[in-house]
Parts: sequence; structure tokens; C-alpha cells
Amino acid sequence: MAVAQTKLDLTETRISALAMPQSKGWAQTARAEALARLRAMGLPARRDEYWRYTDPSSLTQAAAPRAALHVDDEAPIFGEIDRLRIVFVDGVFDPAQSDDLALTHVTIERLSDVMAKDLHWAREHYGVLEAAGQSPVARPLAALNTAFASDGVVIRATGIVEKPISLVYLHNDSASDAMVHHVVRVESGASLTLLENGPAAARFNNVTEISLADDGDFHHIRTQGRDHERRAATHIFARLGARSQYKSFTLTGNGVLTRNEHVITLSGDDASAHVAGAALGDGAQGAFHHDDTVFITHDAERCESRQVFKKVLRNGAVGVFQGKILVKPGAQKTDGYQISQSLLLDEDSVFLAKPELEIYADDVSCSHGSTTGAIDETALFYLRARGVPRDVATDLLVLAFIDEAIAEIADERLSADIRNRLELWLGRRRQG
Amino acid sequence: MLTIKNLHVKLEDEDKQILKGVDLTVEAGRVHAIMGPNGSGKSTLSYVLSGRDGYTVTDGSATLEGEDLLAMEAEERAAAGLFLAFQYPVEIPGVGNMTFLRTALNAQRKTRGEDEISAGDFLKLVREKAKALKIDADMLKRPVNVGFSGGEKKRNEILQMAMLEPKMCILDETDSGLDVDAMKLVADGVNALRDSGRGFLVITHYQRLLDHIAPDVVHIMADGRIVKTGGPELALEVEKNGYADILAEVA
Repeated sequence: MAVAQTKLDLTETRISALAMPQSKGWAQTARAEALARLRAMGLPARRDEYWRYTDPSSLTQAAAPRAALHVDDEAPIFGEIDRLRIVFVDGVFDPAQSDDLALTHVTIERLSDVMAKDLHWAREHYGVLEAAGQSPVARPLAALNTAFASDGVVIRATGIVEKPISLVYLHNDSASDAMVHHVVRVESGASLTLLENGPAAARFNNVTEISLADDGDFHHIRTQGRDHERRAATHIFARLGARSQYKSFTLTGNGVLTRNEHVITLSGDDASAHVAGAALGDGAQGAFHHDDTVFITHDAERCESRQVFKKVLRNGAVGVFQGKILVKPGAQKTDGYQISQSLLLDEDSVFLAKPELEIYADDVSCSHGSTTGAIDETALFYLRARGVPRDVATDLLVLAFIDEAIAEIADERLSADIRNRLELWLGRRRQG
Repeated sequence: MLTIKNLHVKLEDEDKQILKGVDLTVEAGRVHAIMGPNGSGKSTLSYVLSGRDGYTVTDGSATLEGEDLLAMEAEERAAAGLFLAFQYPVEIPGVGNMTFLRTALNAQRKTRGEDEISAGDFLKLVREKAKALKIDADMLKRPVNVGFSGGEKKRNEILQMAMLEPKMCILDETDSGLDVDAMKLVADGVNALRDSGRGFLVITHYQRLLDHIAPDVVHIMADGRIVKTGGPELALEVEKNGYADILAEVA
């Protein structure tokens, strides 16, 4: 299908506002190919099937809308966790604030250094997983990122990495427009935990390509920063080898626009992918629009996938969930599960869900469910009848609602930190 | 302790009068029972007293130690010392039983201007009370009432009552869904709380619970009113002859 002229114009306008970083042969080729992919599909527009619920215009326009910096006195998340910190300020790596990038069983390199090398293992991954993830659904913002990303890290785990690698995204410039691209490779038998937190920029485009070798183990916990006016489009492209395990959890509180895409392919037998997310939006604190778009492909036997997404929305906040499980021919004994639920705390908030199953194997077990509901008045009364004030009782029920998603975090210190974060978030609203 | 005068209540959503002038006084240290056929308004009375939404008081009053219950939020009534043991205890997935008990206890203390209980003291207290009711550590850890049997749910209600130490306890058909052993356990729990400073209102269909929790006063409720009041012998009369004779007599 020919791309509409308005889309092409939009795409060229965006491209003309960007400069492609200088890279070596292979990297330059990867960027050029991504640019060609982008030009072939054009940037997203509202009429695209996977953008019907989320208006992409502020993500595609040439200049990033400004986003005021958010300040509160809450202690930074993961602060008590022993981790290796890698700090980006408005999308630019800041060595002064970062730890030394040295840790046993893992190599960590800056993307620009990697791209200046004639040969590097990242060549097999940079833009490769993203390109594979462009079909059957186009993800133009990811191609844009591959072409123009200005910073990022390239991580390769070769054994059990003793402490998490923590990417901290600080936002200092209310007009910053950041494009960051990471590559993660977990080798056979290796294990890595990646943490991400912070608003990153006024507008943040983040792509992470994750490749798990057979028996690789990867955990990902992310919180997206509380700046009310920030915008983010993130893509995770993951390819899972045999018996590998992938677990991801994302917490989003605040943000005028967030689009989180997960594109995961289970390509080796007996692999497992768990993707979970919790989003809390309060329209009274500024507009809130949060979109989880997930595409999981089963392309091997006896793999398991699990999607658990929860949204708590109030005062006109909008939540979107588009989740798909695709079971390819031959992917027998697939076990796929998907649940997306929203808790609407008033009549102004909106939840839009599009669950999809597409199955081409005959011996599989796949289930999905989606619900939208209000606070359970019976449970609320029960709590109040025991002396718990209405607002505290409501928060208790909100936390209970979200807990199924948080329970996907394997590390109890990290899940405790997330729960604590949520309680603070809710507590601030109670006082406000 | 609890004084109800001429209480008239209708459903909020429809023009249906449920309580048509209830007069009742429960003194401290006494156990009153309310019996009555289905639809007589017994459970409505318990809900209205505890502050559930969906009812409109059209006339009359209800006070706890002179304080106007009907002017308070449900949580304020609880903090003031009113406790309702639910006929159908509510399951709350995702909220641990211990968290629930501690949150409730501390919320009441906070409302009354008292200090929160320490984690250590709380644990000690809950273990002691749970043991008497044969509630094991697993039941305390699980989400509130989720997957509990009928008997476990009712024992959990009595545990909450024992922890919160209310002044006025209303038991709404606490015997429903209980076998004889479970009823004995629940009754023992209630009897352990009988105290000169505490009042009880036991709502039940059947006399059998009253074999275990001996009432001082028995009321018969029908069509939104207390139609007859007497001693424990009134419950035996109901057990023997049913409600028909009594209702015919007062009609």
C-alpha cells in the first residue's frame, strides 16, 4: 500500500530536523537501512490501526513540546539497591555521575564507542531485532531511533552478573528531545538484571534490543519518571533462545503521553517471557495518556508467555492496551496468557483495550481477559466498617488491584521498592 | 450502650420502607438477640447501624453511648466502638489478612487520638487471639477471606472483633453456614469477649446459636418492627412452634 503523501511529508520534516551521528561502516549501514525502512513506512498517524487509541502527533512533530521539570522530595527509586549506575542527562551519557563501567561477567560499552569500531558483536543485533520486529506491524518510531539514536549502552553478560545494571535518566532541560538506543546480549547460562528509571527528557524515544542466548536469564524493572508533561515512546525488541527466561515490569505514574511497546519472539524451545506493567494516572495532575502495546510471537515449542497489565485511572486519565499473542505453525504446546485490567476511579476516565490472539498451531493453550471496573463498594464498606477511612481503604484496594502485576517481579527487594513507591504516590494524592 | 428510637428506614433507590419504627436499647454487659423471619428487616438494621450506603433514615435515631451514630461515617462508627460481624464476610484479593488487621487497628487508634501499635506488640496480640480461634499462620498470611471456608470466614470475623475490642458488637447471622463444631468455636470466641462494659446484639434465624451464646433478652422482629420482647424462653418458643403463632398473636 502506498504511503500517503501527508505521511511522507511529515516523515521528511522530522528527518530534516535531525542529524545522523557519524559511525563506522557497519553501523553507518545499519543506520542507513533503518532510515530507508522509516521512509518506506512513514511516521505513524492517527489512522494507522495500532495508533487509533493514541495520537502520535506530538511524538512525530519536528520539535519536542516543552515539559516542565518535576520536583518533589521523594527519595530516588532503587536508591537502597546495590547496583551499577549509568546516568544519562537528557539522553546524554554522563560519566561524571555514573559508576565505573566495570563489573564481573559483563562488558558495558557506550554506543558511540561501539559504533566507531570496525568490528563488534553488536553488529548482529543493532537494528537487526528492530528490523525483524517491523513485521507484521510497523513500528516507525523505532526505525527512526535506530537511524538517529545519539547515545546508549551496549551490554553483554557472559555469566551471572552479581548486581543490577541501573540506567538512570535525568531530565534537566525542559525542551530536550532524546533518542537513546541500547543493545543487550545475555549469553548462554548468563543472568542479568537491568533497572531503568527517570523521565529522561521532555520527549524520549528509547529502543532496547535484547537477545537472550539459550539458557539466558534477563530481568528488567523500569519506572518511567514522574514529570507530568514528559512524553515517551519506548520499544523493547527481544529474541529468546531455548530455555531462556525474560521478565519485565514497568511502573508508570504521571506523564502526558507514554507509549510502551514490547515486541518479543520466543524462538527457542521451552523459553519463557513474562511482561507486566502498572500505570497510575491522575488527570487532575495534568493530562495522562498511557499505552501498552505488546506483540508476542511464539515460534518454538513448549514456550510460555504471560502478559499482566493493570491501570488505575482517575480524573480523565486514559489507558490503552493492545496485546497480541501470535502462535506460529509448529509452535506446539504453547502456553499463552494475557490479562489487561483497569480500575476507573471515576466516570471521566477511559480504558481502551484490544486483545488479540492469532493461532496457527493446534495443540496450544492460550487465554486472555480484559476487564474495566470501579472500586468494589462491598470491599470498601467492609474496610470502612473496620475503621479504615475511605481514602485509605481506596488506596489499599488500588494496591491490591495492582499487586498481580508487581508479583511478576522476582526480586523481593525490588518489588518492595516498587510497592513503597506506589504507596508514596497514592499518599501524595491523599494529601493533595 | 446502644439506643435505637423509632427508627424508620427505606431503600435509597426505591420507595420501599424496610424498618417501620424500631425501638431497642442494649445495655452494657448484656446480650440481646433479634430473631425473625426472612425479610423482617434484621440485616437492614445491622447495615444501617454500621453505616452502609443504600439506605435512607426517614425518622428516628440511633446512638452509641449518647453519640449520634447516624451522623457518622462508617469508619467513625467503628472507631467509636461499633462492630458488625458480617453475615457474608467479604473477600479482598490482594490484601493480606495481617495487613488488613493492622491497618484497621491503627486506623481506629489514630481516629481516637491514640498511638499506633508497634509491629512487635501487634504480632504478639494477633498470634494470641488467633490461637484461641484455631486460626493458623497460613490463614493470617492469606488475602482477607479469599479461599476461606464458611467456618474460617466467621472465625476471621471473631478474630477481628477480638483484635479491635469494640464496645458494641452486632453479629449478623453469624451461625449461617456453620457446622456444630465451628459454631461452638465461634460462640466460645464471642463468650470470651463478654464483659460488663460490652454490649452484644445477636441477629439469628434459629435458636441453636443461642444455645451457645446465652442471651439476656430476646426480641422478635417482623415487618420492620420489634413485635415481641422476652427472656431466653422466647427463643425456645420460636424453635418449637415457629414464628407463625407469635405473629398471629401480635397481629
